[in-house]
Amino acid sequence: MTELRKRGGGGADPDSADNISDKEADGDDRLGLAGDAEGECDGDSKADTPDYPLSTADTDNTPECLNKALEGLPPRWKNYWIRGVLSLAMISGFFLIIYMGPIALILVVMSVQIKCFQEIITIGYRVYHSYDLPWFRTLSWYFLICVNYFFYGETVADYFGALVQREEPLQFLARYHRFISFALYLAGFCMFVLSLVKKHYRLQFYMFAWTHVTLLIVVTQSHLVIQNLFEGMIWFIVPISIVICNDIMAYLFGFFFGRTPLIKLSPKKTWEGFIGGFFATVVFGFILAYLLSQFQYFVCPVGFNSESNSFTVECEPSDIFVMQEYTLPTVLQNTLRWKTVNLYPFAIHSIFLSSFGSLIGPFGGFFASGFKRAFKIKDFANTIPGHGGIMDRFDCQYLMATFTHVYIASFVRGPNPSKVLQQLLLLQPEQQLGIFHTLQSHLRDKGMLPPAAVQAE
Amino acid sequence: MAELRHRGLKDTDPTVQQQPSEDKGSDNELKAEKDGVSDSESKVDSGVPEVPVPADDTPEVLNKALSGLSSRWKNWWVRGILTLAMISFFFFIIYLGPMVLMMIVLCVQIKCFQEIITIGYSVYHSYDLPWFRTLSWYFLLCVNYFFYGETVTDYFFTLVQREEPLRILSKYHRFISFALYLTGFCMFVLSLVKKHYRLQFYMFGWTHVTLLIVVTQSHLIIHNLFEGMIWFIVPISCVICNDIMAYMFGFFFGRTPLIKLSPKKTWEGFIGGFFATIVFGIMLSYVMAGCRYFVCPVEFNNDSNSFQVDCEPSELFQLQDYALPSMLESVTGWTTVSLYPFQIHSIALSSFASIVGPFGGFFASGFKRAFKIKDFANTIPGHGGIMDRFDCQYLMATFVNVYIASFIRGPNPTKVIQQLLALRPDQQLYIFNSLKAHLTEKGLLPALEEAAAA
Repeated sequence: MTELRKRGGGGADPDSADNISDKEADGDDRLGLAGDAEGECDGDSKADTPDYPLSTADTDNTPECLNKALEGLPPRWKNYWIRGVLSLAMISGFFLIIYMGPIALILVVMSVQIKCFQEIITIGYRVYHSYDLPWFRTLSWYFLICVNYFFYGETVADYFGALVQREEPLQFLARYHRFISFALYLAGFCMFVLSLVKKHYRLQFYMFAWTHVTLLIVVTQSHLVIQNLFEGMIWFIVPISIVICNDIMAYLFGFFFGRTPLIKLSPKKTWEGFIGGFFATVVFGFILAYLLSQFQYFVCPVGFNSESNSFTVECEPSDIFVMQEYTLPTVLQNTLRWKTVNLYPFAIHSIFLSSFGSLIGPFGGFFASGFKRAFKIKDFANTIPGHGGIMDRFDCQYLMATFTHVYIASFVRGPNPSKVLQQLLLLQPEQQLGIFHTLQSHLRDKGMLPPAAVQAE
Repeated sequence: MAELRHRGLKDTDPTVQQQPSEDKGSDNELKAEKDGVSDSESKVDSGVPEVPVPADDTPEVLNKALSGLSSRWKNWWVRGILTLAMISFFFFIIYLGPMVLMMIVLCVQIKCFQEIITIGYSVYHSYDLPWFRTLSWYFLLCVNYFFYGETVTDYFFTLVQREEPLRILSKYHRFISFALYLTGFCMFVLSLVKKHYRLQFYMFGWTHVTLLIVVTQSHLIIHNLFEGMIWFIVPISCVICNDIMAYMFGFFFGRTPLIKLSPKKTWEGFIGGFFATIVFGIMLSYVMAGCRYFVCPVEFNNDSNSFQVDCEPSELFQLQDYALPSMLESVTGWTTVSLYPFQIHSIALSSFASIVGPFGGFFASGFKRAFKIKDFANTIPGHGGIMDRFDCQYLMATFVNVYIASFIRGPNPTKVIQQLLALRPDQQLYIFNSLKAHLTEKGLLPALEEAAAA
């Protein structure tokens, strides 16, 4: 209780000093900086106020070489350069890991997830001054491992069906997967209950809830990202690129044309940036989709080759990645004088993805802004110089991954055939027979199977 | 911020009062006494007048009938009568059938959600936050819509395919649910008000954790129900029995305290309750496994548009002979015993209910201690809120669901057919050939093939 009281008391006075984001947000930004920086998804407060001490950037971890190179410039330009350089570095890193293939991508997604989790939990510890709670650090990481085990087990069992069937211990783990995951989770739950200490009940419950909400947000999203990846790397690359492009384009449009503020929560975002970013992103998404749809490497579902024990991306591209002719509506026909146009159907889908990324994606950013205001922090962490923490960069992505997954499930593909086969093999023999006959008559109707007579041989 | 500080200041005084009262009461008079039904123990300390007693909404009739007794006995009688009333009500709704059971589960879920959210409001003094009440209920609706849509589509497949609007809703179900949730999320972001950011985020987190706990559990209960009413009745009965038995054993034999969190629970009660529940579980399963009404999966009959429970009982519910180990043979003089395999499973269920189930109760106790409340609400006189009665159940429902999925049944064949028919033709052909190879290997096919060719 005393901790909460102190926090409350402590929070009221340094309100004015700590709450830099609020002050600069309301006062100065509207006047001097509205036409200035539209700002990337939440690093905005850092880029433009050299006068105010940057609270979380007490330790400036800009690498020495950059510092030397930019010595001569005023702090504001220095900040821009650092952000620019790091942006280019991150984008190049992105290209590099795409080149390295699906395994590298999965590992990177997992690392990002762990880092985001750690950042958010650390904020929780700071908010509640609960770093010394007994067991709590261990329990948080334990829950992270459990939930990851559960999710990855469900995915791995699906995609690596043949590999799993081969190895005996893996088969056992796959068959009783849910039970094992549940048992692991329960062990953590019971440990939590046993660790409740008299004076700290409330804090412990808060941290328990904080951990679970963080898991809900971070782990499920990263898991959906991996599932999208398995559909085909294009479903991973295009949404992420769309969000990055929207960030950058909205920033640029805001920088050059920004005048009307968008939302109180992020005062440096403007309507001009928002709308300009929307159109630019749709165009960008369209072009990117067109470029990537041609390559099997991006378009094919990631499959695991049991013989060579490696991932293969080779297949017959599905319909949406095959060029088709669309007749233009008469309006466009008159202006362009083309009757039809060759497009990949995926390019049409990309328009929807881009629209979501530009219109709803920013709400993820606003949510994170609100979160940082609520807990009076400037950035989630200091991992990336000039940009803040990993979570700062990924907050807009998080809704996008779920949307892509739901979009694929609803509009693009049906269920996964290997999963269906797996379930089939688990049924009782009579049920399997029943399904066999149903399927047989269905396929015969469709003409895919020759009629009854010549089957047995 | 100011609210949090006030709350902190206010709390130090009652803290000083409450904790010694609980400790004193528990140490002196009640250690030898009751094991306590899962979390209402703090109410029975009627010897401590400082603690504000919540509004007494015992019905007038009971009050009159018990006016002569001292307040302690009065409490016990009230609790006893209400317990019997709840158990009778339980039997009654079982009699009414699956549809009614589903409705009851839904109502209980909504009440539990409301109780926990109300606690959140009182903890944070956030009852007046803009939009928040609406948003909490909206999220509850969205998550329920998502979960019930997934279940309904599975079990009412034919009905859904028949009606055009239902078909569209079920085809794009995930997308629609996600869009609804997103709307709520965006409304939350737009409703953030400058002075109340932290409170709003707290309430947002509180709502989501509550949804995670309450809605998923109730949904799993419904899943269990569809497997067969016995999978609904036996687990709930085991938990209730464990509560009551542990209380009794603790009352008569209780001496060694079990856990600091619930000082009225004793090891004697815990262990006695464990054995008693296992015996009870075995007997109850024996009685129920004989009736089709309980044992058959609940199905929806498309022609009569109603639920039916009629089937050939699976192997689990057919009497089998088990050879007793020689030790028991010499003791009882029987060589074999006829049991339903389900009774063996019920031992696992009872063990879980007695050993791990109470942790759900401890969790709720800790929660109430943490937020300094006596009960979740005042809905049931003598017992507290709905959540007080259902806190031990919540782990049980998940366990039963996981247990069924892992050890009892495979996937649902109707669902598999559905998924099959949704695939592309070439994928269907691939699966057809794999299945054919598999069945031929097992020797199930050739006989039929000949019959078909002939």
